[in-house]
Amino acid sequence: MRRWTPYWLALPAWLWLAIFLVVPIAAMASVSLTTGNLIDGFAQTFSVSNYSDAIAKYSTQFLRSLLYGGIATVIMLVLGYPVAYWIAFKAGHRKSMFLFLLLLPFFVSFVLRTISWGFLLADDGILFGTLKGWGVLPEDFHVLATTVAVIGGLVYNFLPFMILPIYVALERVNPTVIEAAYDLYASRFATFRRVVLPLSLPGVFAGVLMTFVPATADPINAQVLGGTGNTMIGNIVQTEYLVNNNYPTASAISFTLMAVLLIGIFIYARALGTENVLEAAAR
Amino acid sequence: MPEDVPAIELDGVVKEYLSHGETVQAVKGVSLTIGEGEFFSLLGPSGCGKTTTMRMIAGFEEPTKGLVKLLGQDVTDVPPNKRDINMVFQSYALFPHMNVWENVAFGLRRKKVAEAEIKKRVGDILEIVDLTGREKRRPREMSGGQQQRVALARALVNRPRALLLDEPLGALDLKLRQQMQTELKRIQREVGITFVYVTHDQSEALTMSDRIAVMNDGLVEQLADPREIYERPASKFVAGFIGTSNLLSGRVDAADGDLLVVRLGEHDRILVPGTAAVGDTVDLTVRPEKITISTERPEAGLSMVQGTVGELTYLGTYNSYAVALADGTEITVFQQNALDSSTTAERGDAVWLSWRPQHSYTLS
Repeated sequence: MRRWTPYWLALPAWLWLAIFLVVPIAAMASVSLTTGNLIDGFAQTFSVSNYSDAIAKYSTQFLRSLLYGGIATVIMLVLGYPVAYWIAFKAGHRKSMFLFLLLLPFFVSFVLRTISWGFLLADDGILFGTLKGWGVLPEDFHVLATTVAVIGGLVYNFLPFMILPIYVALERVNPTVIEAAYDLYASRFATFRRVVLPLSLPGVFAGVLMTFVPATADPINAQVLGGTGNTMIGNIVQTEYLVNNNYPTASAISFTLMAVLLIGIFIYARALGTENVLEAAAR
Repeated sequence: MPEDVPAIELDGVVKEYLSHGETVQAVKGVSLTIGEGEFFSLLGPSGCGKTTTMRMIAGFEEPTKGLVKLLGQDVTDVPPNKRDINMVFQSYALFPHMNVWENVAFGLRRKKVAEAEIKKRVGDILEIVDLTGREKRRPREMSGGQQQRVALARALVNRPRALLLDEPLGALDLKLRQQMQTELKRIQREVGITFVYVTHDQSEALTMSDRIAVMNDGLVEQLADPREIYERPASKFVAGFIGTSNLLSGRVDAADGDLLVVRLGEHDRILVPGTAAVGDTVDLTVRPEKITISTERPEAGLSMVQGTVGELTYLGTYNSYAVALADGTEITVFQQNALDSSTTAERGDAVWLSWRPQHSYTLS
């Protein structure tokens, strides 16, 4: 009897997963294969063409989302790594204060933060309006409703999710290991490249996952900061679901996005998550 | 004739830290020379400045004052990666993401040594530290003793001018530690590199070193070979830190040639080499194993004191007596467990303690 105890103890967690993850996903999968409309009702017809139609119709938005998410993730990595490094190794006893500052924006709602960026970046807003008044910027200068604004918003909103896992990984690097590399004729740069960077790769891996996935699927930034040419796949799902009430198409898009992200993550994990990369870095 | 240049030279080295707005001197002026191929130990309690001194030799700390010379060349401002000295860290500090071979090859690769040469030297050094066949292991898959030897190989493979070892055996259990002490000595003889060994373990320092610098409170208290340090401690601190010592204090009664006659109690008469004026109080020390314990009055010409046996402890190879003198001073006496295991005296017995005058020393 005893050996079953751990499983009984895990039961609440399994139930939670079943009710709030497996059931909704199964329901959504079922919906994605139906045909019909809101007035006549939806019938289960196992219509696989929902998928091919959705992909054909929205391939531009799919690719755009992956591109925006990818660019934003790269920018976040480039900006976030040095910040994580600095907090882990140089901030001294003020570490927790800087971590708190990093999380401070989360006390304001995600949508509200994005809208405030909309104000900031407005053509005649506080920033650009003033600069234009001084003649520093040309009258027709604008950022809002461009790709730059959307990617910038994504970077701003998800950056802490890149910094935190990298910080945790760097924090765990034993400082004497860094000294050992320095003692063994490695320059500051070689110490970073051969020792610190490889040891922080698990954090980079987690950070990229935690930013790329939500950034790719995010509808808010494109909606608030983007223009008509910046629509992302998240906006399409939103419109199909809430405006057009086309549940089958919305579900099919969601599943396609999920599949693409899972495949991407799998490839990425095979490349970075294994020890091959670490061994390559050791040479 | 070329002069014999020392491997390492410290010249008036001082290290100050700023701690909570106050300047703290971790090292208060250390000057010493370490010869080529020597096994040199920095010995002292924690906080005595031995680790800071070693880190200045390695280049991790820059001295506030003074010079660090390596083979006669001033390297005070040279960073660790440009210094031909390697270090074995207390926690080994192996690269966790590399296997044994990559760990050991790290330094040679940074120095851009040819790959064929690296292969040969790594193979050779792994043989010396007895790790051949384990090249592909990760540090976490190895025991503490094996990790220790990887750390040693990783430093030695570069053939540095000197090897610094920071309490390298501290994390090992007693049996393994004793094995590694012998092993370290053998390796040092084989490679002929200068070893600077930092430890708080006096028996380790005595066993392995050619010379020892005993440090206390940022200064070197005594610098000598192990025998000299043990037999003739230069200060109260050294006498107390190295082995077990009996510290006695008494008034000089007379001078007898180059011996002082010191009195403690009525029948006590201690003869000790030294110079002091009659009437002065002197501190002196004598080791427990130099003292003979007897129930009869010893022959004249020996130092002798009377006392009462307190605790008697059986320690296998020897018995340890705690003898209380009339003035309350407690003297420890070791008696070899030689032929039979009988003891000379029991708890509560009145005994005489005696030793040869040349086995005791006055302390500054």
